[in-house]
Amino acid sequence: MTGTAFAQADDTLARIKSSGTVNLGMRDSSGLGFTIGGGTYVGFHTEMADRIVDDLKKLVGTDLKINYQVITSQNRIPLLTNGTIDFECGSTTNNATRAKDVAFAVTTFVEEVRIATKGNSGINSVADLNGKTVAVTTGTTSVQHLRKHERGANIDFKTVQGKDHADSFLLLESGRADAFVMDGSILAANISRSRNPGDYKIVGEVLSVEPIACMLRKDDPKMKEAIDNSIKRQIKDGSLAKLYDKWFMQPIPPANVSLNMPLSASTKAAWDNPNDKPMEDYAKK
Amino acid sequence: MLNMDWAVFCRDTLTGDVVAGCLGEGRDITYLNWIFSAWGWTVSVSLTALLLALVAGSLIGVIRTLPDSPWLVRFGDAWVELFRNVPLLVQIFLWYHVVPALIPPMKNLSPFVLVVCALGFFTSARIAEQLRAGIQALPRGQRYAGMALGFTTPQYYRYVILPMAYRIIVPPLTSESMNIFKNSSVAFAVSIPELTQYALQVGEETSRPIEIYLAVTLLYVISALVINRIMAFVEKRAQVPGFVAAGTGAGGH
Repeated sequence: MTGTAFAQADDTLARIKSSGTVNLGMRDSSGLGFTIGGGTYVGFHTEMADRIVDDLKKLVGTDLKINYQVITSQNRIPLLTNGTIDFECGSTTNNATRAKDVAFAVTTFVEEVRIATKGNSGINSVADLNGKTVAVTTGTTSVQHLRKHERGANIDFKTVQGKDHADSFLLLESGRADAFVMDGSILAANISRSRNPGDYKIVGEVLSVEPIACMLRKDDPKMKEAIDNSIKRQIKDGSLAKLYDKWFMQPIPPANVSLNMPLSASTKAAWDNPNDKPMEDYAKK
Repeated sequence: MLNMDWAVFCRDTLTGDVVAGCLGEGRDITYLNWIFSAWGWTVSVSLTALLLALVAGSLIGVIRTLPDSPWLVRFGDAWVELFRNVPLLVQIFLWYHVVPALIPPMKNLSPFVLVVCALGFFTSARIAEQLRAGIQALPRGQRYAGMALGFTTPQYYRYVILPMAYRIIVPPLTSESMNIFKNSSVAFAVSIPELTQYALQVGEETSRPIEIYLAVTLLYVISALVINRIMAFVEKRAQVPGFVAAGTGAGGH
């Protein structure tokens, strides 16, 4: 592999131990990690990351202070590689492009890209999108998946790109779009927050699956092993499943509504066989 | 050091393979095809909005300087205050989400038309103010001279006042025309597939945001610069020797 020869051996664990602090990357508005204001960060992956830090404390044998650092989709990789954060558990897809710069822990959540539509739209699969208008959010990989499916199924539809997820959902709500194609957890969150959640349904085949995993610096086998072991421990003793239930099946802040999103088969498969395969390997099957 | 990969523009948007000759055909487009289409959207939104802004701005600017028409002047004042006191992004959302809800037939209008209205009317308020400043910069005697010659109000505006007022305001009009190109980037907020949306989307798809943003910046610069050169040409061709707009700075009237 090119580049590896020049990469400095990085020992994050030793640095964490000597400084007594972990710099943890946080998402402030993603489905798996978000803020409820006042500097409080919550969510499935956020809580999982806190537990990973607890396991790291045991490993290094000292108490550790967590230094929370908010990250965005745009800055997460630069902040990780320049050392501002030590690792992050948010909503980063493990793919081959990113794996050139960073490493990923074992997959803890598998996102499925699906179609949300109004109950009476008559859309039940990708093929039904022919001639319709489809909303999708700018700056997401779903835009690309959608184009591939359009060509694959040999259909023709109009794509409108919302500037963010709320905007894309508004396109669907106001009737400017007939469907909204996006990650299942994002669709579920937007539907649960809408005025009439019963008006919408999530339909059709899974357009793509994306393994979401904690991201850490490349070429740091000790750190990767420590994080992987903690995650495997959480899977084994059932605490991760409890966390999932708490964040996806029970009412959650800030609106106190439930996403009502049962554990998907692909996420369950990832837990049964912990692995760090990139997205490209999922597409092959 | 930065590791640039300019071949990213030659990639097919579906497969990610580098295409020979950089341009795809039919439905198999490359990121280079796509950036040109996005540039086309930016240019068409900007030029259409500029045209609307010039027409509406001129009308309102003239209305605000009319003698003996208090209600028209008030209408002009209200127009300018309304469109320049509300942030552009808010206006875009109003045109896109609120106006069609209040006036149902407008639901059938394309987002392009709504964005052109928003951007055009926003800029028209600014052009109206510039034109008013240009008209008021002229000595009052010019108006009286037109009246004394027996011109009607439309006639003395057409033949006496406006030809000079427009010459005075060419420099701010140049800035406004360049601004409209840059302001057109807000159109991405209502799903127009223009350059800013392209940058956000393709930066993510290709994981090469630096190359993408540099290319998009270059296209904005080229667009604004072309407008700047055209306006400089107009300014030069239209100048009246000895008059203030001739660039003597002496204010020779």
